[in-house]
Amino acid sequence: MSLSSALEPVKPAYRKIAKRNYSVLPGFSLSLGYTLFYLCLIVILPISAVFIRASELSWPEFWEIVTAPRVMASYKLTFGASLAAAAINAVFGLMLAWALVRYTFPGKRVVDALIDLPFALPTAVAGIALTALYAQNGWIGQYLEGVFGIKVAYTPLGVLVALIFIGVPFVVRTVQPVLEDLETELEEAAASLGARRWQSFYYVVLPVLTPALLTGFALAFARAVGEYGSVIFIAGNMPMVSEITPLIIITKLEQFDYLGATAVAAVMLVVSFLLLLLINGLQAWTAKRTGRSR
Amino acid sequence: MSIEVRNINKKFGSFVALDNISLEFETGKLVALLGPSGCGKTTLLRIIAGLEQADSGDVVLDGQNSSTTHVRERQVGFVFQHYALFKHMTVFDNVAFGMRMKPRKERLPEPMISKKVHELLQLVQLDWLADRFPSQLSGGQRQRIALARALAVEPRVLLLDEPFGALDAKVRKELRRWLRKLHDELHITSIFVTHDQEEALEVADQVVLMDHGHVEQVGAPDEVYNRPATPFVYGFLGSVNAFHGRSEAGKLIIGDQHLTHEESTVQHGEDAYGFSRPHELQILPDIEDAVGVLATVVRVLSFGVNSRVELDGVGAVDGQHFEVELTPDQLEDIKQRIGLERGQFVRLLPSRLKLFSRDSAQQGIK
Amino acid sequence: MQTKFERNIATREPAWLKWTIISLGLLFFIFFLVMPLLSIFYEALRRGIDVYWESITEPDALAAVRLTLLVAVISVPLNLVFGVAAAWCIAKFDFPGKHILLTFIDLPFSVSPVVVGLMYVLVFGVNGWFGGWLQANDLQIIFAVPGIVLATIFVTFPFIARELIPLMEAQGRDEEEAAIVLGASGWQTLWYVTLPNVKWALIYGVILSNARAMGEFGAVSVVSGKIRGLTNTMPLHVEILYNEYMFAAAFAVASLLALLALVTLIIKTLVEHKAAQTQRDFAGEH
Repeated sequence: MSLSSALEPVKPAYRKIAKRNYSVLPGFSLSLGYTLFYLCLIVILPISAVFIRASELSWPEFWEIVTAPRVMASYKLTFGASLAAAAINAVFGLMLAWALVRYTFPGKRVVDALIDLPFALPTAVAGIALTALYAQNGWIGQYLEGVFGIKVAYTPLGVLVALIFIGVPFVVRTVQPVLEDLETELEEAAASLGARRWQSFYYVVLPVLTPALLTGFALAFARAVGEYGSVIFIAGNMPMVSEITPLIIITKLEQFDYLGATAVAAVMLVVSFLLLLLINGLQAWTAKRTGRSR
Repeated sequence: MSIEVRNINKKFGSFVALDNISLEFETGKLVALLGPSGCGKTTLLRIIAGLEQADSGDVVLDGQNSSTTHVRERQVGFVFQHYALFKHMTVFDNVAFGMRMKPRKERLPEPMISKKVHELLQLVQLDWLADRFPSQLSGGQRQRIALARALAVEPRVLLLDEPFGALDAKVRKELRRWLRKLHDELHITSIFVTHDQEEALEVADQVVLMDHGHVEQVGAPDEVYNRPATPFVYGFLGSVNAFHGRSEAGKLIIGDQHLTHEESTVQHGEDAYGFSRPHELQILPDIEDAVGVLATVVRVLSFGVNSRVELDGVGAVDGQHFEVELTPDQLEDIKQRIGLERGQFVRLLPSRLKLFSRDSAQQGIK
Repeated sequence: MQTKFERNIATREPAWLKWTIISLGLLFFIFFLVMPLLSIFYEALRRGIDVYWESITEPDALAAVRLTLLVAVISVPLNLVFGVAAAWCIAKFDFPGKHILLTFIDLPFSVSPVVVGLMYVLVFGVNGWFGGWLQANDLQIIFAVPGIVLATIFVTFPFIARELIPLMEAQGRDEEEAAIVLGASGWQTLWYVTLPNVKWALIYGVILSNARAMGEFGAVSVVSGKIRGLTNTMPLHVEILYNEYMFAAAFAVASLLALLALVTLIIKTLVEHKAAQTQRDFAGEH
């Protein structure tokens, strides 16, 4: 009947709630006000311009523009290549993250540092570099075409290559920290319960990694859908074949077809919003599954 | 400086953290706010400091209503539970921080600040750590630096949130004695929050027991321990044996047996609980007597200063467990007289029994 | 030195599997990251060092470098102030709508740069919302430097905020409250307590933001008009040279940007190292 022993020194939950009410820290109104002002000026105002201008079109007009055959072909290429690139990045990104966290191998630190190259390298630079590399006379292109007869540059495959490049860091950088935090005890427990190595990976490790893996996939996909700079050099930009949706917008702009460009941009913005919501959900799921905050 | 809080109310959403609290803290005393997690003690401390604002009620410092005074002007020293030392500053800079933040006109010249910092570090006996960073210190050292930092601004009161909460058992004991000694030297009005009854009883001049946003009892350590005012205090300060029965003419009737108890406000014929501390139970051999309850011996634990006998209730108190605390001599004595074998039937008689009505007792024996 | 996973029998893969994973990962890494990077420098220097030097010192190239630096110098500090303000209110306070705010801060990560450029054309272009007014007052934003700066700010503004917010949230408010109790003002608390604690994340956010600001292509190409010597940034200059089949010159200018990326990655690695150290110290405190 000892009552006091049950009273553990836990940090009471209400301390968290306490934040909302009153704080001695100053500057809330100032910082929030400035944040909102900046967001409105830089983000909300321009985005609303797209939708408001797009609404000048009647629905049939809008529909005709955004479903024109050339535009439809660009959706197929953009979303198809983005999905494929994100999937390839998920597979190799997982391998790279696994190798970086779990193994020692020569050059590991350099690899770890260079993974972020696509974040830091301007897309136009990446675009011309990839083109030079995969062109008919390039380091890789000459073998691909000479030996296997595969053309990469100036074909939809080129689009895929560029989108793989810009998506590399996403999966690695979302999976890596989760993998680092993973307790070896889980796998020790699995092994002690008789699981084989692949079983303990499949049933114990992979479920923990799944949310992060999907988040990385979604981030890579979202980035790829909107990508412009690295793609246009390598794609060849042939209408109906290797023309991506952002390029359609540019083309329409160059023809002073502002309404047409705005309509397609509105479609892309909606896709961006949806992807963002999806990513937020996935990140919340990752946080829940691993106990990490993002 | 004296501190008074009047009719303090505080809610977080629908959660009532403090329910109409009024308390007075005398000048120069060291007071413990004691209670389980979530009882509102930390919130009260933060309201006194000015880190939190009460929904209603007043904080009176030195006779002046300071409810709307900003924490910066209240001249309080606050020691945070996890110390909140500035990680990127040396111990010296941490202690000097408060003095350096003063407006240029009030600020001491740097040599004076330096002198004062060293005095404070000597006071907490850590002068040799001045150039270290917080990460290079042990938990106990950090605690003392946090205290020195709080004292540097010459606070009129010192408020400590779970000052020993993050330390391991041994350091805790040391620091407890040290804090008491320091207080005896400085005599600065101090309030500390703790969930550890031993800590509160050992260190404080006065203990305020809180539960669910209420003050349950205020008193000197021996007073609250020996004369618990409520079932909660009974349960919180140490172990307790509870007897459930019906109050009748100075007796607690339990089935065909009864216990005598102290004076109480419980109505005649009311459902009631009698509380008794383990050392207030006697083990008697004559099981035929109607006074006391029947029990069988389960285990005898004899190590340390006190020995313990665990028993299971029989008959009217079937299914209940009891605990009796004895000195080794008493245990030896009883063993010789009675035997105290496992499974043996004995009679338990409280030498002191405090009665509470059924409703109020529920919270003491959750 | 082996990792703890390689020493532990429960987390160890057979050697053949381990080396298969490493080899496949590295092959991918080499084909998609290392070779493009090397090819930039190879192509840039293929025609010799003289051509390289000439390409990066001709007036148009220098003008592009100057404009790129100017854009970064304007947009990065603005984003820095925004990042600190956003992180302060989001990490140190609780308020309704916080998640929506965070989502809006994330928005530039998923909006196509081309759409960003178009948005500003719609607002500030000749036929845009403020186009008439701007023209009447003889102001030009689109096809001029202000448009480039605006588009760059949009694309880069989350980086600093996104670095600061999780860290400042994790650090809680204890140290700030301690500073206030000790008599510090709000600015003093920010300057002496909060910012030193997030120093490394802040530096990383700034260099990343800077790298993106200097390298932004899609959004800037829509709003710039690509007037040589006037509204041509380095990435746009690369494009123009490339489209004119002046490959060596294009790669020469590109190599400068690639160097910037490498420097960014080096600083990032150093900063992460420092931050990990601080993190360890921090963890040691509890």
